[in-house]
Amino acid sequence: MFEILNDKLEKAIKKITGQGRISEQNISDTLREIRRILLDADVNYKVAKDFIDNVKTKAIGREVLNSVTPGQLITKIINDELISLMGSKVHELSVNASGITKIMLVGLQGCGKTTFAAKLANYLNKNNRKVLLVAADIYRPAAIEQLRLLGKQVNIDVFSINGSNNPVSISERALEFAEENNFNMIVIDTAGRLHIDEDLMTEIRNIKKSVNPNEILFVVDSMIGQDAVNSAKAFNDAIEFDGVVLTKLDGDAKGGCALSIKAVVDKPIKFISTGEKLDMIEIFHPDRLASRILGKGDVVTFVEKAQEQFDDREAEHLEKRLLSNQFDFNDFLKQIKMIKKMGSLKSLLGMIPGVGSAVKNMNVEDNQLVKVESIVQSMTKKERNNPKILNGSRRLRIARGSGNTIQDVNRLLKQFTEMQKMMKSFNTKGMNKFKNIKSIKYS
Amino acid sequence: MFKNTFEKLKSGLSKTRNRIFNKIVETISGKAQIDEHTLEEIEELLLSSDIGYDATIQIIERVRKELTSEKERSGEVITKVLKQELLKILENNDIKLLDKSEINRYKPFVILIVGVNGSGKTTTIGKLAYIFKNQGLNVIIGSADTFRAAANDQLEVWVKRANVDMVHKTHGSDPSAVVYETCELALKKQADVVLIDTAGRLHTKTNLMDELRKIKSVTKKVIEHAPNEILLVLDGNTGQNGIVQTREFQKYSDLTGLIITKLDGTAKGGIIFQIANELQIPVKFIGVGEGIDDLQPFIAQDYVEALILK
Ligand SMILES: Nc1nc2c(ncn2[C@@H]2O[C@H](COP(=O)(O)OP(=O)(O)OP(=O)(O)O)[C@@H](O)[C@H]2O)c(=O)[nH]1
Ligand SMILES: [Mg+2]
Repeated sequence: MFEILNDKLEKAIKKITGQGRISEQNISDTLREIRRILLDADVNYKVAKDFIDNVKTKAIGREVLNSVTPGQLITKIINDELISLMGSKVHELSVNASGITKIMLVGLQGCGKTTFAAKLANYLNKNNRKVLLVAADIYRPAAIEQLRLLGKQVNIDVFSINGSNNPVSISERALEFAEENNFNMIVIDTAGRLHIDEDLMTEIRNIKKSVNPNEILFVVDSMIGQDAVNSAKAFNDAIEFDGVVLTKLDGDAKGGCALSIKAVVDKPIKFISTGEKLDMIEIFHPDRLASRILGKGDVVTFVEKAQEQFDDREAEHLEKRLLSNQFDFNDFLKQIKMIKKMGSLKSLLGMIPGVGSAVKNMNVEDNQLVKVESIVQSMTKKERNNPKILNGSRRLRIARGSGNTIQDVNRLLKQFTEMQKMMKSFNTKGMNKFKNIKSIKYS
Repeated sequence: MFKNTFEKLKSGLSKTRNRIFNKIVETISGKAQIDEHTLEEIEELLLSSDIGYDATIQIIERVRKELTSEKERSGEVITKVLKQELLKILENNDIKLLDKSEINRYKPFVILIVGVNGSGKTTTIGKLAYIFKNQGLNVIIGSADTFRAAANDQLEVWVKRANVDMVHKTHGSDPSAVVYETCELALKKQADVVLIDTAGRLHTKTNLMDELRKIKSVTKKVIEHAPNEILLVLDGNTGQNGIVQTREFQKYSDLTGLIITKLDGTAKGGIIFQIANELQIPVKFIGVGEGIDDLQPFIAQDYVEALILK
């Protein structure tokens, strides 16, 4: 279950506290907030509406037992509803035990098919399986060349026919080639197309007919909005796909389209694509997406980002300082530098469990980081080690030295004190949570 | 120059028009009174075009206010009010397009094309090159996507189609170096327009966003007034992340405008209302297909008209 919920949702849920029974009135704020969150996450408006109706039906009239708070109860209902929509199972590809497993990728233009084709082939090309990539996108300039180069990077053979303008026969001949040369799997990369382009939809239908794939995967850009349901439905009507791939999840799009697509075509999401490097492919975990949408943020992503930028030893050192409340301006400066490397402050803050709201009130903007950095840099070593000695005249000197006003310096000092306080409470509750999450990910 | 722009725009958006706004008109005009239920339906219809929650609520409030004071609640009136409210959001959209006199003033006129992966940057560069070429201008394209496999080859195809010049380097070289050489060559050859294609990058990757900043400063190093335009190419399918994307790209590269692509599908591109509302960055072109002439200047009036007209 999500231990950390979106701020507004949490607030709305908290309002229900102290009531013995969940009623239409005391749940209405919560439902509205869920609706807004779902819509902001690009969940289709109809799907969001159904979702809320279901939560409402299940929640109203429920007695709140002594052992749980109303907030916990409603959180559980939301969670259960998400599970019943998304499923809790992880879906693998269906692999042909004897003969060649045929996988075909379809989707709109620019959704990430070609990159994903190479990733998937690379992922599957293990355990004595031999995978062949098939370049069936004859339309986009240099699409075939792109696949060829990607295949080379991961050491996978790529089948293509120079000058051919027939994706159906390319696919057929690729299959023959695979049979003759003892390949176990083929992955067909088709051209991106609009679901309303009848000629091109007929084309993929014909490819399906002639190679009879074991798996057709519909590839979707996680940034897609409300129209996801229309394209998913049209593709499914035309060729009935078996699963969905969500791409570009290394960005900060919430990926609510996953919920919409599941609701509309009832096909599982099988893989996610999380970066430009060719090993950045993962099996889809419904629970992670659920907390990305409803939760305060994507804790796992935060941990991953932190992992990318934080030097392990440095982090350990910082953690020690934090735990012993020795955190000073030297550490602060180091943190600023790391944070700057990690991305925009706002997007990061939202990801930190238990910290987001506290820091948010401090109003630290990205361009302010530069200012803060300059102030800290104007402090002497002694001052950084022991901020308490920063009296009026020292502050004035720092303001002048860094080209800021005395108010700026005072504000920073105040914020720093607040931050120390916050760190203290973070130590007692937040840090443990953070550690658990870490071990889930890396166990 | 843009022949039949309006017609093309209309047909490109016909699906949007039919599915959404006609439905709104029908929904409202079919009833004598605008009741809560009807407004709820409009809300859903607006939401489904990616206009976003807040902007939708805003539009509905305005329509509601206008219409309670109107005696006549005919389809025409409702059409007018909706159009008016949608246009109001786009009213600051600076429709000053990349015209010839502007370009002649700053020879070479440098345009940087940026955006997330797969949004349609390279295709748009091809289309833009074609437009300028047809105006009799000399165009040089810099292939600063040195990251994606076969990016040069893809651009090369468009370069041939538009019959313009291109500067490129091997895969993996420094994009700034490509930009530097492109600008130098443009000065030497007295080119009119420089188009720089950049690698797709997610706005959350700081190092890549910093790279963009660097590319920008390199153009300035060679050509003092450069870049003249920094255009963000945004996929018309994009949902609410579109506003985040635009905000981040704006922060790193001071965008001068947007190009919305893939509006030939059923996606509505409604996120532009939110972008206009919050960020005041004008939309300059829209992509309505994969052909070389499928780029249209964005004219708010035409856009909204095409959306609502029966
Ligand atoms: N239907 C349609 N497709 C488009 C439009 N613009 C671009 N595309 C297609 O979208 C896909 C991606 O376009 P590209 O131009 O390669 O996108 P990009 O932003 O350069 O991609 P990267 O360089 O990989 O980040 C291609 O298949 C294009 O044909 C448009 O307006 N309509
Ligand atoms: Mg490109």
